[in-house]
Amino acid sequence: MSIFNEARFLIKTNIRDYGMYIALFVIMLTFSVLTDGLFMSSRNISNLLDSAGYIAVLAVGMTLIIVIRHIDLSVGFVAGFLGAVAAIFLTQMGLSVWIVIPIVLVFGIIIGLFNGFLVAKIGIPSFVATLAGMLIFRGALLNVTESTGTIIVNDDLFNALGNGFIPSLVEVNGLHLLSVLVGVVGIALYIYSELSTRRNKVKYGFDVISLPIFILKLVFVSFIIGYITWVLAGYNGFSWTVVIMLLVVVIYHFLSTKTVLGRNIYAVGSNPEAAHLSGINVTKITMIVFGSMGMLAALSGILFTARLQSATTTAGTLFELDAIAAAYVGGVSSAGGVGKVTGAIIGAIVMASLSSGMNLLGVGISYQYMIRGGVLAAAVIFDVMTRKQRA
Amino acid sequence: MSDYILEMNGITKEFSGIKALDDVNFKVERGEIHCLIGENGAGKSTLMKVLSGVYPYGTYDGDIVFEGEIQRFNEINDSVKAGIAIIYQELALFPDLTVYENIFAGNEIRKGPFVDWNETIVQSAKMLKKVKLNVDPETLIKDLGVGKQQLVEIAKTLSKEVKLLILDEPTAALNENDSENLLELLKELRSQGITCIMISHKLKEVISIADKATILRDGKTIVTLDAHKGEISESVIIKNMVGREIADIYPKRLDHQFGETVLELNDWSAYDTQLGRHVVKKANVQVKQGEIVGIAGLMGSGRTELALSMFGNPKKYKVEGDMQVNGQKVQFKHTSDAIKAGIAYVTEDRKGNGLFLINDIKNNITAAHLKGISQSGVLNLNEEVKVGSEYRKSMHIKTSSLELAVGKLSGGNQQKVSLGKWLFTGPKILILDEPTRGIDVGAKFEIYTIMNELIKQGMSIIMISSELNEIIGMSDRIYVMAEGAITGELSRENTTQEAIMELATQ
Repeated sequence: MSIFNEARFLIKTNIRDYGMYIALFVIMLTFSVLTDGLFMSSRNISNLLDSAGYIAVLAVGMTLIIVIRHIDLSVGFVAGFLGAVAAIFLTQMGLSVWIVIPIVLVFGIIIGLFNGFLVAKIGIPSFVATLAGMLIFRGALLNVTESTGTIIVNDDLFNALGNGFIPSLVEVNGLHLLSVLVGVVGIALYIYSELSTRRNKVKYGFDVISLPIFILKLVFVSFIIGYITWVLAGYNGFSWTVVIMLLVVVIYHFLSTKTVLGRNIYAVGSNPEAAHLSGINVTKITMIVFGSMGMLAALSGILFTARLQSATTTAGTLFELDAIAAAYVGGVSSAGGVGKVTGAIIGAIVMASLSSGMNLLGVGISYQYMIRGGVLAAAVIFDVMTRKQRA
Repeated sequence: MSDYILEMNGITKEFSGIKALDDVNFKVERGEIHCLIGENGAGKSTLMKVLSGVYPYGTYDGDIVFEGEIQRFNEINDSVKAGIAIIYQELALFPDLTVYENIFAGNEIRKGPFVDWNETIVQSAKMLKKVKLNVDPETLIKDLGVGKQQLVEIAKTLSKEVKLLILDEPTAALNENDSENLLELLKELRSQGITCIMISHKLKEVISIADKATILRDGKTIVTLDAHKGEISESVIIKNMVGREIADIYPKRLDHQFGETVLELNDWSAYDTQLGRHVVKKANVQVKQGEIVGIAGLMGSGRTELALSMFGNPKKYKVEGDMQVNGQKVQFKHTSDAIKAGIAYVTEDRKGNGLFLINDIKNNITAAHLKGISQSGVLNLNEEVKVGSEYRKSMHIKTSSLELAVGKLSGGNQQKVSLGKWLFTGPKILILDEPTRGIDVGAKFEIYTIMNELIKQGMSIIMISSELNEIIGMSDRIYVMAEGAITGELSRENTTQEAIMELATQ
């Protein structure tokens, strides 16, 4: 098989996975051309990623929720409420950031477990249970901010999570050294993990893709990582939001693809009854997935409050729908058992890119909603079509 | 000169370069029952899909001549209009609607723009009489047994103008009684002039009912046998299906000694919390090491419930009595406890609750025992491929790749994946619920051979089956169940089908 044929075969069989990346590339290219390169400027990309952060972490949790055939509508106001709780802890109670963040994350887990309890143990449809949660936490948010209105947070350490950047150590030709280092280490880790995977496969005597294609893939992905690093290093380097987002993706990607827990989650989503009969505790898995969603909602609330440097009375409004949209653009299927964590992040970045690009172009907000709706529909249509083709 | 109602000439159908049908010729005479036989994947279903317009005209080569005219069906509706009706294995009824609503679903009797329900009920009653089903047309479908549902499906078909009735494994889900009724009905319909094509895996049925039988193998027509010339017999059919002689459908196995009792149930009862009644009543069961114990009985006699109640489902089945594994009293809180104790349950409904259809073969094989390919919760994906390939080889799973979704495999191969999944858990007691339902003779033989291999290695097998031949052919000992209770125990040597049926209908 020639290299060209092999590449074509790989693209054809993985079109659903690659589709998203191609779509993101096309969107970025289009906006770059339309804005004379302004879109791809260091500053804009940095802002874009920061603005995607709090939706992206929600989308990661939401993907797993949808994988097990449920939905969580409460996450928006849970994020808003817990963001306000964090603000209250920091300002009115004067607690340190290092205490506040773990406490708020634990609150998130408890709220998530409670949702999971309603769904898995009591048997309430998740749509209804979390709709109730949405109302309750909207009320709770209003309740805690009622007397004070917007709570301004003055803690610099906390606010850095939404606005700050990792220290640069030294600037070399206007590039941030530490960020460059992070990028280089990222590339090195990527190449190392690909090489060791390949070596392992060869050791087991399995088929691997041909060497030229493998090198092409390595070079291509390394180039992408390098390019993003270079773009970001030219502004303020990696922001803490991006670092947190990357950490969440790496951890959840590992959990979902390489662990027994992850495999069990997909098994429950694919066929709950068969999962039960295979000795998988469906109730427990459901609780864990909702618990993780609650924790990520808390994280999202922290990121959002830090970004605004304040907790507002309307924080979290419609986050849940943005997260659901990002998850679907990222390729999750409501039939259960299908959907990747990495897809969710790409989905969130696609949606943020659309907003950012259209803002730069001065597109009216009315059209922005329509276009984003259209992209969501197109993503799902593409998904359904490629699925049919494969069946 | 014969009067053919249907002639399919030189039908060839390709799927991305692979010939599913290769120059198939199939002729059906008016007013006969013509059986279509072949292993899974031989092309029976594809042929019927070509005939019914699922694959529209132009996507295949060859001619369909129906009622003397070349037909060009572009969609299913065209073939229905021409008078061809197919009843699939999976019934297409609405469980929450009544019998009469189902019979005329999509074909409603109207008075002006409105549905004439009174006339519908009257007509339904007539149709029910035609299929000899004695139920109130206002009964809900879900309140009927599978056998009666099958008859409603036929009544529904007859309510349209049908010249050619095609049944895809109509008796696969039926017990012996219902099967017999259905076959009687088909004979009755034949006398009324309705031509019938029946796809079946049950050779006994074919022999008892067929006027002719056409055998497909690997997408080709092998032979058409004529019963009236005495050409149809079990051995001839099997020989032509598999292209080799199977002297005995059930592999011989050497006599061997059984070991200790590994499983014991004493006065075991199970109460179904959803149905609100006892589904297993004071059952006493013993299984020895190296033994195949058959559990026979009619549908709904409590066989599957007995298995599930042993397998750690305390939420669904409240159990009383005492269960011992290897002489130790056990109480399972969850299916995972049962698996840990060395019990495996291969479900009867592999698509519904046995396999993860959208997941690939290797994922399915390891699903019940991820511990076997992981260390402290982290999977070794290469190990998984290795395990997958081992079972692919030892179970003879026919597939292009381990990464193929299980939903795309044929029934027999799915069953082998299902079996492989449970063998990977390293069980001591293997419960097989209808292990060969809906799979072809070749795959059946392979599964029987695997079973014999397993008991030789010291495993014990409990086999639940509706096929009396299979029960008698494979079991060392047989328990017969009726209405949740064990009504008798028979040994392999002195058992007849009649003896089992007598106990099962007590």
